Amino acid sequence: MPESKITLEQVRHVARLARLELSPADENRLRADMDEMLAYVDKLNELDTKNVAPTTQVGEAGTPMRDDEVTNEPAADAMLANAPSRERGYFKVPKIIE
Amino acid sequence: MPSELNKLTIAEASAKLHAREITAAQLTRDCLDRIAAAEPKLRAFITVCEKEALEQADAADARLAAGNAPALCGIPLGIKDIYATKGVRTTCASRILETFVPPFDATVIERLRADGAIFVGKTNMDEFAMGSSTENSAFGATTNPHDTSRVAGGSSGGSAAAVAAHECLGALGTDTGGSIREPASFCGVVGIKPTYSRVSRYGVIAFASSLDQVGPFTKSVRDAAILLRILAGKDPRDSTCSARPVPDYERALTGDVRRLRIGVPREYFVEGMQPEVEKSVRSALKNYESLGASSVEISLPHTGYAIAAYYLLATAEASANLARYDGIRYGLRVNAEDNIALYETTRAQGFGPEVKRRIMLGTFALSAGYYDAYYLKAQKVRTLIRNDFERAFEKCDLIVAPVVPTTAFKLGEKMNDPLTMYLSDIFTISVNLAGLPGMSMPCGHDSNNLPIGMQLIAPPFAEETILCAGDAFERTGAFKPRTPVV
Repeated sequence: MPESKITLEQVRHVARLARLELSPADENRLRADMDEMLAYVDKLNELDTKNVAPTTQVGEAGTPMRDDEVTNEPAADAMLANAPSRERGYFKVPKIIE
Repeated sequence: MPSELNKLTIAEASAKLHAREITAAQLTRDCLDRIAAAEPKLRAFITVCEKEALEQADAADARLAAGNAPALCGIPLGIKDIYATKGVRTTCASRILETFVPPFDATVIERLRADGAIFVGKTNMDEFAMGSSTENSAFGATTNPHDTSRVAGGSSGGSAAAVAAHECLGALGTDTGGSIREPASFCGVVGIKPTYSRVSRYGVIAFASSLDQVGPFTKSVRDAAILLRILAGKDPRDSTCSARPVPDYERALTGDVRRLRIGVPREYFVEGMQPEVEKSVRSALKNYESLGASSVEISLPHTGYAIAAYYLLATAEASANLARYDGIRYGLRVNAEDNIALYETTRAQGFGPEVKRRIMLGTFALSAGYYDAYYLKAQKVRTLIRNDFERAFEKCDLIVAPVVPTTAFKLGEKMNDPLTMYLSDIFTISVNLAGLPGMSMPCGHDSNNLPIGMQLIAPPFAEETILCAGDAFERTGAFKPRTPVV
């Protein structure tokens, strides 16, 4: 049995960071899946990349500029139409501060 | 006797519409009838827009009658359910967006709409475009029109199947690691992923932003050229979108491939691939040689590392992009004690297993203590993969290779083994990592009559080279695609 790449504790920690509630069955399955993937991606370590620059973007260099003009009309109702809960033109959320 | 106008190509239908031999209403009706007949078996659509499509057809007919209508006026298209369509539900095949109705159009939808295109419906896909078989859709898998026990490919499987089955004349997909080219190959249609940044992504639900690209599915290479010209070009609402002028791609279809230098990557013809796939692609290469092109063996030595690099980069980007689904502003909300619990339960119930798997892997790859070992390492390997292509294109103008090592696999065959599923993208993923244009087009079929695709890959912004070579192959008539059984 090869050494495990990730523990259940780590899976729970990552799930917390990702805001995902996991059942114990989810945790076990994800640990196994992530273990397999992390073992697979280990092959990248066969490559010496000490002097290789990382690629962050493949598009053309530079940031295009444009005039900062308002092109849309206020449409609060349209923006709120998909809200799961709304009240008087606002998104409604559970109470955050006591 | 039905008129079956839905079987026309875009170029054919456009000529007939402009000559007033047919109406957009007839053409749209034929597509909708075909959808009604085929959908119980195919499930290529998540939402069919019959009423809207017929209204758009009437408007198109009015424009055509008035004269000077654009080329695409009256052409029925399918739209992957990843594009924001104003007033039409856009789910991304996810429970978390099941009821989401965008208040705006994606830029490419806006452009097609302005030209008078007709949208017959929103096509099925893997949830958030994560998958290679459309089995990860929250609304059920699409089947392959050539054999309904097999997958249509993914993630844009609904678009590929819909075009193959003549439910529409063309369709839009997106391609992050092969999501246009693989289903095009499995369904026997043309699918092109343009150069990264060639087409605006405003209003396209993001998966992995350094890789995602928009592209069309069509029945012919000429149709791909027609659609791409409308899709491509600068968009002030997408800062990554290139300002380069858009060529008239149709003018590149000269049929002339003399002196074209075709590179054949040795790493793309590997042991374990289906022999019929290699045979068909090699036979197409012979066709090119008889047309005056030359072929040269090339090497892309880091091919074997592409999937590993991709599954770190794409999942990392996805974990950030999908953070927005929190149950607050739109989409599903599952109420809970407090806000944090609301996020956690909403996302637990709203996302399917593959999406969770990728969010988890991506979050891990970006987390403190692991970033350098995983994410940064993958970014460096991405540079090596780009360099491979740069060197290869010193020796050739175009690369010709298989799209997928096999023809369409059986439904369920790879669902319990994520890594095996990921490996079906081995020949398509490098092209996304390098930001290159790539096209899949039919070049043969196997002994089960399943389509085989070949992939044409060119340097950045050389879509014309791809389209010219693809069209030249079509013109030889060396291979005629089989009629789907559905």
